[in-house]
Amino acid sequence: MAEMSDQPAPAAVDAQEVSTVGEIAQSRLIWMRFRRNKLALIGGTGLIIMYVVIALGAFLAGNDYQYQNEDYLYGPPTPVTFTGPDGRFGLRPYTYPVSTRLDVEAFKFVFDIDRETKLPIEFFARGDDYKLLGFIKGDVHLLGVEGDQRVYPLGADALGRDVFARLLVGGQVSLTVGLAGVALTIIFGSLMGTISGYFGGLADDVIQRVVELIMSFPTVPLWAALAAAMPPISTDFSALDRYFLITVILSLVNWTGLSRQLRAKVMAYRESDFVMAALAAGAKDRRIILTHMMPNAASHIIVVAALSIPGMILGETALSFLGLGILPPAVSWGSMLTDAQHVPVVIEHPWLMTPGIAVIIAVLFFSFLGDALRDAADPYSI
Amino acid sequence: MTGYILRRLGYMLITLVMVMVVGFALVELPPGSYLEFHIQQLRNQGGDVTQSQIDSLERRYGLNDPVYVKFWKWISGFPKGDFGESFQHQRPVSELIWDRLGYTVVISITTLIISWTIAILVGVYSATHRYTIPDYIITALQFAALAVPNFLLALVLMVYLQQAFGMHVGALFSPEYRDVPWSLAKALDLASHLWVPVLILGVSGTAWTSRVMRANLLDVLNMQYIQTARAKGAPERTVIWKHAVRNALHPLVMTLGMSLPGIISGETVVATVLNLPTSGPIYFQALMQQDMYLAGTFLVFLSIALLIGNLIADIVLVWLDPRIQYS
Repeated sequence: MAEMSDQPAPAAVDAQEVSTVGEIAQSRLIWMRFRRNKLALIGGTGLIIMYVVIALGAFLAGNDYQYQNEDYLYGPPTPVTFTGPDGRFGLRPYTYPVSTRLDVEAFKFVFDIDRETKLPIEFFARGDDYKLLGFIKGDVHLLGVEGDQRVYPLGADALGRDVFARLLVGGQVSLTVGLAGVALTIIFGSLMGTISGYFGGLADDVIQRVVELIMSFPTVPLWAALAAAMPPISTDFSALDRYFLITVILSLVNWTGLSRQLRAKVMAYRESDFVMAALAAGAKDRRIILTHMMPNAASHIIVVAALSIPGMILGETALSFLGLGILPPAVSWGSMLTDAQHVPVVIEHPWLMTPGIAVIIAVLFFSFLGDALRDAADPYSI
Repeated sequence: MTGYILRRLGYMLITLVMVMVVGFALVELPPGSYLEFHIQQLRNQGGDVTQSQIDSLERRYGLNDPVYVKFWKWISGFPKGDFGESFQHQRPVSELIWDRLGYTVVISITTLIISWTIAILVGVYSATHRYTIPDYIITALQFAALAVPNFLLALVLMVYLQQAFGMHVGALFSPEYRDVPWSLAKALDLASHLWVPVLILGVSGTAWTSRVMRANLLDVLNMQYIQTARAKGAPERTVIWKHAVRNALHPLVMTLGMSLPGIISGETVVATVLNLPTSGPIYFQALMQQDMYLAGTFLVFLSIALLIGNLIADIVLVWLDPRIQYS
């Protein structure tokens, strides 16, 4: 009997031949429905662009993200004009030389822009060394200026570091933390949910009590307590280790939701006809779970996972903002916003808020995508 | 009903003990102890710490006891209202927490009530006006509200209020009321400061709850009893508010257990930005300085607030929907 279950009976073949007329595969239905959603297309395309941009971060930014320019503390964004020295409007951007002096009365740095001289901004200029994606060495940057002048598209922070460069490098952390966390959430959540729902009994009881326990802590304080338990950054414990532990911490709280939903699904499947048929055919537990239940639950798992990415990104941002997440020398959008904590600083240097805009855009795109996936996963609804 | 509540209380007590164990384990987890931190601090200030001083501090706080002894000392003090000593503040934890927890609860509950009231109204409106321009605008606002991290909203609002009105936000009381005993004037002063944190905290919760409400109500409006109500000639207002909304509220009450952790979490972060005298700032500071009894007590009490919230949600649900069985 077990062998037979894999091969369709002759009658079934006939039925399929008849019904191919006007029948569309479910995956195609999902894709059609997904494509119909304009917001999803915006979200999807936007995210692809964002990931490409952060991957090429070191090349796109004019400076190394750690380079400190002592003459450009809190320096404003580089002024740009498209009118050349001959007064004609063209495609080549120009900038002006900026000099720094200390205003003794106000006791702060003042940046004087020399509007008379124009410096051409060069494309593919040589600058600081970098390693793209960790292994492609280079020193060519998209934008650069001849001489000592540097390009700061989004100004500089308190230590004179390029905010644009930090935004791109910080994005590498902030935009991947959610994905890595979701991968762990899916693994952990589906495993626990399936065990709980399929085997029931003691395993179910234990897992459900653990889930309840985790859910009875407020999220951010729990994350913070776990993050505070990490050792400080040293030679034994690199910034990268910390990054990985933070993804683990984020998913440690997050898997509970997925496991609950999956448990309910699996319990429903256990009573269903197709599982009964598989059982009658002598299928083992492993086969029932992996080939009969999981494909059915897959769309649900993906949707729940996609919808939880924004929460993780916001979680990392909040933790890093509080100084409990990503620590220097690593940088993330949240840790960049720590510099923007004081109102007078933000009022004078509004470009320090740009990481916040990046977070909002990324989270919006992920929500568009998640929402569309949820609608598309059930292509038969109206 | 009484039996049901008693059983729920019993479960809650078990969870509470587990929460305490986990809470203590978490704050005990960091390598090193507050004492090491403290000695380091004294040395940095140029002070000299003798071995006898270290010994006496260790004895006083029982830092060399095994973990289970420390845990027992801590947990056995709870019924007496003794939660150990805060190293950092050199005062009993019980003196530090009540005011701050109180403000956290006041802010959270105010936020919850206001945000739910608005969310239900908005949800009903957008469900009954589906696919109209106001509905699209509401949906866009909901997406935006869910995407903004609340601490960022706090920063932006602080900057805006200062730029536009010269207002300094970031306190719960005006300076003249800060240290005086409670009076009507002080309560009114609190109310006039409360709207900033409540607004910041309420935004994302309102967006989420109103989306849930819209979806619930749309489901209910498809039911046959709604058709029946319309067919028998009931006015539309009665159909919506008496037949539909009441039934759409049940799933919403079930999500109360989910919106409360969000509000309490958010409150701790927003309070840190606005520098409010609530649990958030002191909790995160205690965590970073390994002031374990203080951090642990806050974590436990924040969880208790959550557990009580869930209990109330369950009771309200049974009261709203008599079909639910008490098991």
